[in-house]
Amino acid sequence: MLIKQPADVRFSEITDENVYRERRRFLQQAAAAGLLLAPGLNAWAEDARQKLANVKLGSYSTVEKLTSYRDVTSYNNFYEFGTDKSDPADNAKNFKIRPWSIAVEGDVKRPAVYQLEDFIKPYALEERVYRLRCVEAWSMVVPWVGFSLNEVIKRAEPTARAKYVQFTTLLDPERMPGQRGGFLGAGLDWPYVEGLRLDEAMHPLTIFAVGLYGEVLPNQNGAPLRLVVPWKYGFKSIKSIVKMTFMEKEPATTWNKSSPREYGFYSNVNPDVDHPRWSQAHETRVGEDSLLTRLTRKRKTLPFNGYAEQVASLYTGMDLKKFF
Amino acid sequence: MTQPSARAIGVAKVFVFATALIPFALLVRMVLIDQLGPNPIETLNRFTGDWTLRFLLITLAVTPLRQITGWQYLLRLRRMLGLFAFFYVCLHFLSWLWIDKLFDVDEIVKDVIKRPFITVGFTSFMLLVPLAVTSTQAMVRRLGGRRWRTLHRLVYAIGVGGVVHYWWLVKSDIREPLIYAVILTILLGYRVWAYRRRLPARATSAA
Repeated sequence: MLIKQPADVRFSEITDENVYRERRRFLQQAAAAGLLLAPGLNAWAEDARQKLANVKLGSYSTVEKLTSYRDVTSYNNFYEFGTDKSDPADNAKNFKIRPWSIAVEGDVKRPAVYQLEDFIKPYALEERVYRLRCVEAWSMVVPWVGFSLNEVIKRAEPTARAKYVQFTTLLDPERMPGQRGGFLGAGLDWPYVEGLRLDEAMHPLTIFAVGLYGEVLPNQNGAPLRLVVPWKYGFKSIKSIVKMTFMEKEPATTWNKSSPREYGFYSNVNPDVDHPRWSQAHETRVGEDSLLTRLTRKRKTLPFNGYAEQVASLYTGMDLKKFF
Repeated sequence: MTQPSARAIGVAKVFVFATALIPFALLVRMVLIDQLGPNPIETLNRFTGDWTLRFLLITLAVTPLRQITGWQYLLRLRRMLGLFAFFYVCLHFLSWLWIDKLFDVDEIVKDVIKRPFITVGFTSFMLLVPLAVTSTQAMVRRLGGRRWRTLHRLVYAIGVGGVVHYWWLVKSDIREPLIYAVILTILLGYRVWAYRRRLPARATSAA
C-alpha cells in the first residue's frame, strides 16, 4: 500500500534543498534591501514567494519523492492562461488576486459572499502531499497547503436537497487572456465549471488548497483558492474558484460538455478505463521518468490514483466503466 | 530563365541537407544536456511529429513554388526534403513504439485499431514507406515515370492523414493543427486550380 501516515519529518527537510536555500537567500537579500517594507513595491512583493505561517502536517500524505517546485510551477494545464504547459507561468505572472470574493449559494442554510481572507480564516492550514494524475497520463507529487472541504461545507449547512456541489472559476477575459477568442481560443466554454457529488466533496481527502511547498499558491497553480481531489483526474481540481453552488442535480461540467465521451462527470483515475484516444494504464511522473528510464519500464497507474482504500467505498455498486 | 550550374545545385543541396538536420541536432542537444523539460516523452513526441508535418508541407510546396517562380531546379531538392519528412517520422514512430509502447505488440495492435488518431497516423506512415523506398533514380527508371508519379501522388493522402492525426490528438485547442490544415489546403488547392486551368486548354487543342 502506498499511502502511509507521514513519518515525523519537518517540512524544511522535505523541501528540495536548493529551493529552500534560494528562498532564504531571497528573503535575506530582500530584507537587507528594505524591499519588503517599501510600500511602492507591493505589486512586486506579491509576485515574490510568500511563506505561509502555521502550517501543520496533515494526514494522508504520501512519502513519495516530491516533484520539484520548478516543475510543479512551470508545467501546468490552466487554459485560462493559455494551452501550452508553459503558458500559465508566463501569462499569470501579473494576475491580480486581490480583491477576491467567494460566493456560497444554492441549497444551503447559510448562503454568503466572503472576502478571501474571511473565507479562509476559520480553518487551520495543513500540508497534504498528494499524487496528482492528469488525464493526459502524466503525474506529479505535490505538497499542497490547504484545509478540508468538508469543514467549509459544514459551515455552509447544506439543506436536504443538496446532492452535488458545483464550483466556478473566475470569468474575466481582461485578467485571464485564455478566455478571449471564442472558437479560436482554447475551445472551451467559460467560465470553467466543475462539480462533485456531496459525499465526494465531504470526503476527508478532498481539500481547498491555498498554497504549495509551504508558500502562497502561485497564480499558475490556481491562486488564490483551488480544489484538490487526489483520486480524480487533475481537471476535476478546479482553480481560482469564485463560487460554490449546492444543488440537487448533477452539475454540467466544462470538459464533460466539451467532449462527453472522453471526460466523464466522475473522472476517477482508472487504469482500466481508457481515454478514447489514449491508454490510462500507465503514467509519466514529471521530472522523474526520464527518457532513459522509459526505454526499459513504465509506471503503472493505480485505481483511484492509489487512494482506493480511502475512496472506493464511495462507489460501491456503481459500474465504473459506465460512470467513468 | 537560365538554369543554375550543376555545381550551384550541388551547393544548394548541401545547404538544404545541413539546414534540414538542424532540428535533429537541436533534439540531440536537448537530450544530451537534459533540456527536454518536465515531460521529456511528450516533448520528444511533439518535436518529431511537428518536424514531420513541416517537412511534408515543405515538400508539397516545391511543385507550386516551381510553377509559380519558374525555378525548375527546385525539383532537384524535392526528394531530399521528402526523405527528411521520412527521417523525422521514423524518429516519431520509434519514440511511440519504444518509449510509449515498449514494443508491446498487443498494445500496439490495440492502439492502431482502437484509436482513430493512431490509425490515421500509422496508416500515413505505412504509406510513406513505399515512397521512401522508391525515391531513388534507379527506382524511377524501373517503375517508369508515369507509374512512379501515380504512386507518389500518395503523398497528398499522407499530408491529409498527418494533419488529421494531429487534429484528432489535441484536446480542445485546435489552433496549431488548423495552421497546418490551412497551409495544406492551399498547397493541394493550388494543384486542383492548376489542373482545372489546364483542362480547357487541352480541350480546345484537341478539338
